[in-house]
Amino acid sequence: MNALKGFSAPVAAGVVLFGVWQGVLSLFNPEGFVLPAPSEIVGALIDNWDEVYHGARITGFVVVSGLVAGIILGIIAALLVTRFRTANETITPLAVAINAIPIIALAPIFNNWFGLTSPRSNQAIVVALVFFPIFINTTRGLTQVDRSQIELMESYAASRSRITREVRIPNAMPFFFTALKLATSLAVIAAIVAEYFGGRQDALGPMITQSAGLTRYDEAWAAVLAGTAIGAVLYFAVLVIERLAMPWHSLIRARIDEP
Amino acid sequence: MNVIDIQGATKVFNPGRSNQVEALAEIDLAVEHGEFITLIGPSGCGKSTLLRLIASLISPSTGSVQVNDKPAEQARLDRDYGMAFQTAGLFDWRTVTKNIELPLELMGWSKGDRRRRASEMLELVKLSEFAKHHPNELSGGMQQRVAIARALAFSPSLLLMDEPFGALDEMTREHMQDELLRIWKETGTTVVFVTHSIPEAVYLSTRVLVMSPRPGTIASNISVSLGDRSAATRDDPAFFKKVTEVRIALREVEE
Ligand SMILES: Nc1ncnc2c1ncn2[C@@H]1O[C@H](COP(=O)(O)OP(=O)(O)OP(=O)(O)O)[C@@H](O)[C@H]1O
Ligand SMILES: [Mg+2]
Repeated sequence: MNALKGFSAPVAAGVVLFGVWQGVLSLFNPEGFVLPAPSEIVGALIDNWDEVYHGARITGFVVVSGLVAGIILGIIAALLVTRFRTANETITPLAVAINAIPIIALAPIFNNWFGLTSPRSNQAIVVALVFFPIFINTTRGLTQVDRSQIELMESYAASRSRITREVRIPNAMPFFFTALKLATSLAVIAAIVAEYFGGRQDALGPMITQSAGLTRYDEAWAAVLAGTAIGAVLYFAVLVIERLAMPWHSLIRARIDEP
Repeated sequence: MNVIDIQGATKVFNPGRSNQVEALAEIDLAVEHGEFITLIGPSGCGKSTLLRLIASLISPSTGSVQVNDKPAEQARLDRDYGMAFQTAGLFDWRTVTKNIELPLELMGWSKGDRRRRASEMLELVKLSEFAKHHPNELSGGMQQRVAIARALAFSPSLLLMDEPFGALDEMTREHMQDELLRIWKETGTTVVFVTHSIPEAVYLSTRVLVMSPRPGTIASNISVSLGDRSAATRDDPAFFKKVTEVRIALREVEE
């Protein structure tokens, strides 16, 4: 129950936002042209439920699988870079160079590599986008350790791997989760935008472009809403995992948050 | 038997480079079992460096450092000493008890033995009610007491402390000094203690080593024999005399 604390405010803000949206449109734009009212979007969502739900599952799979692979690769790279000097000298500049590429712009090229209707290209885009923040932040957390904590462990003749386990990894957790929260929203954006260019045609991305092309904006928005739901569910899941994984950290925050 | 035996130890950081620092020059030091040594001297004179040499966290550029009649490196691997730093250096992700148990875990103590020792140590530093708390729920002084409990948990024969009370207020500090002396007497350990406070050095030690900077050397060696310490010691003329003696020695090295 504690994990749910702090979610009531954003939910209330959402309700207010949609209320105002609905109210303003019904006053000034009763035809719902271009921007449909929330009620119309919900209506379109209900009418096309099977299709949207199916698309959300396809896109959700791209997002989650890309996220998981990006996280694993990011963590492995961070551990290697922290442990081995040569790994640091090769991986870090490479990662920085890759990050300078606007990865989303590679979507059409990736489609070419993996096949136009294969979801692999979209997964690859998500992996590439997720990898970087996870890698950079986790590396920072693994290396920015209080020097006296390392010296203390050395004074106990602790092995290098023991120091990594007892000190570096717990120290990196808040850094990792900060990056993960950023990565979840990036992953949803990346997946849908990549789907505009290719991949499975029954995913959310094509649904948005096709509906918009046919001026069925309420359906396009219903698909966007589904994408938002994927992002929200993932973000919520990360928050819950974070609080379970770092009970000591929410303690710090609780203390700071106290007025 | 000497607990610490340093012969001709020097330390040069970054030798041969533009940022070369000659931190310690030709240190000779012998510390006997049961002594309470404090190192005092101007900032940057090499007190922490000397402590790290004894702890074998760094190795000397020349000369030798022996602890318990073996090379310092071996003493470290044998876990012959406990350490405490200016920052408590507690692990936020462990409870107070778990922090104290950490060295015992590394030494392979059984769970039951660890629990028992941790609660003994908590009693010693009077923090039993906080056993299950996390460090960030404790005040700075309480954290420092946990760090000291952790350093003492496995009854090391040598205790190395680098300005452990630096961050404490005066009252807590005096209280901690008395606690440390009580523990020192009860356990019969040898202590090397770094401080910036002259009264603290005199109050605690059997011997004060005044260091001079650039490069660090031991400029004077002042024995202190004030008997058992108590609140009255702090008002004792003999105490003030020693404080003055250390102050004069410090003034000389600062010039
Ligand atoms: N790891 C290091 N690399 C390079 N130089 C160092 C290193 N550690 C210490 N030094 C240098 O060695 C000298 C002595 O430093 P040390 O930390 O031992 O001083 P200190 O007496 O403990 O000072 P303070 O009272 O401020 O803690 C300083 O000039 C410092 O810059
Ligand atoms: Mg120092």
